[in-house]
Amino acid sequence: MHEVGIASSIIESIEAEARRRPDARFAAVGVRIGELSNVDRDALAFAFEALTRKTPLEHLRLEIEWCPRRQKCLACGEEFVVREWELTCPKCGEARSSCIGGTELDIAYLELEEPCEKP
Amino acid sequence: MREAVEKKVLNENDRLAAELRQRYREQNILCVNFISSPGSGKTALLEKTLGSFAPGTSVAVLTGDLQTDNDARRLMRYGFPVRQIVTGGTCHLDARMVERHLNELGFRGPGLLLVENVGNLVCPSSYDLGEAAKIVLLSVTEGEDKPLKYPGIFHRASLMILTKTDLLPHVEFDPMLALENARKIHPEIDYLALSSKSGEGFDLWLAWLAALQQKTRQEAPATIS
Repeated sequence: MHEVGIASSIIESIEAEARRRPDARFAAVGVRIGELSNVDRDALAFAFEALTRKTPLEHLRLEIEWCPRRQKCLACGEEFVVREWELTCPKCGEARSSCIGGTELDIAYLELEEPCEKP
Repeated sequence: MREAVEKKVLNENDRLAAELRQRYREQNILCVNFISSPGSGKTALLEKTLGSFAPGTSVAVLTGDLQTDNDARRLMRYGFPVRQIVTGGTCHLDARMVERHLNELGFRGPGLLLVENVGNLVCPSSYDLGEAAKIVLLSVTEGEDKPLKYPGIFHRASLMILTKTDLLPHVEFDPMLALENARKIHPEIDYLALSSKSGEGFDLWLAWLAALQQKTRQEAPATIS
């Protein structure tokens, strides 16, 4: 529902970067979306496409990396992906663990077009 | 050629939220952010809460809705400063809206700032408002599996309040199952059950709030006496 706002924030960041580096040509932007971030991948992709259409960023690809919830065991330090809400450590059986992944809502990278080779 | 960026998408909101958090700390304001589906009883909880405060208590309310100032008018009756944030279609409050309306309200600490978010279990959870705690409400007329359906907010909330408990005899709702589901997502989440209508459980809620206020006061920078 708020994916248009999220897409706008991503676009604003790229526009700011483009102003700072007028010679750079951006081909793609990579974002990380966690399963606890409350952002829907498809809605975000749709919003991004709609908002960049007929703008200088029309050809910019949005590359989404989906990040599952990950926990770190407070006893043995094992890091594991949470499946079916199971927060118990699969290695040692400890019930207590802390969340180390799944809340991402990050811009990870920009892909730049290679400058044309001069003949 | 790939270049690492590594920044938050909501970087600008996070920056403003950090400024608000700093302001709350300096002025000794406890800010809490109420989030729930539409109709779970946020406004009723605030009404009853305001009604329990003595006149002159330092408390202010910001209440968000897509349209109308109905909630602000309900809440103003209690004699405390209240400001409606009409988002005009936006499904959540963001730090900029809070900053602007807080400035217009002219509220200064020490005191309590209650922020009632737009009724929505999804979007408000992404936006930091600088609050000390997010509080999620779930009413007994909803499903016990809501924490599993909307894990993001239950993961971020410090407290879950089960509301409308006066209706429990009339609905098939298992409070312990709802709590069990919430703790699958967030094992440390605090839990309270209350009815804003009958007042049942309200003393525990006020005690929870007072305890958090006490903690905030202790963490506030020392003032010269």
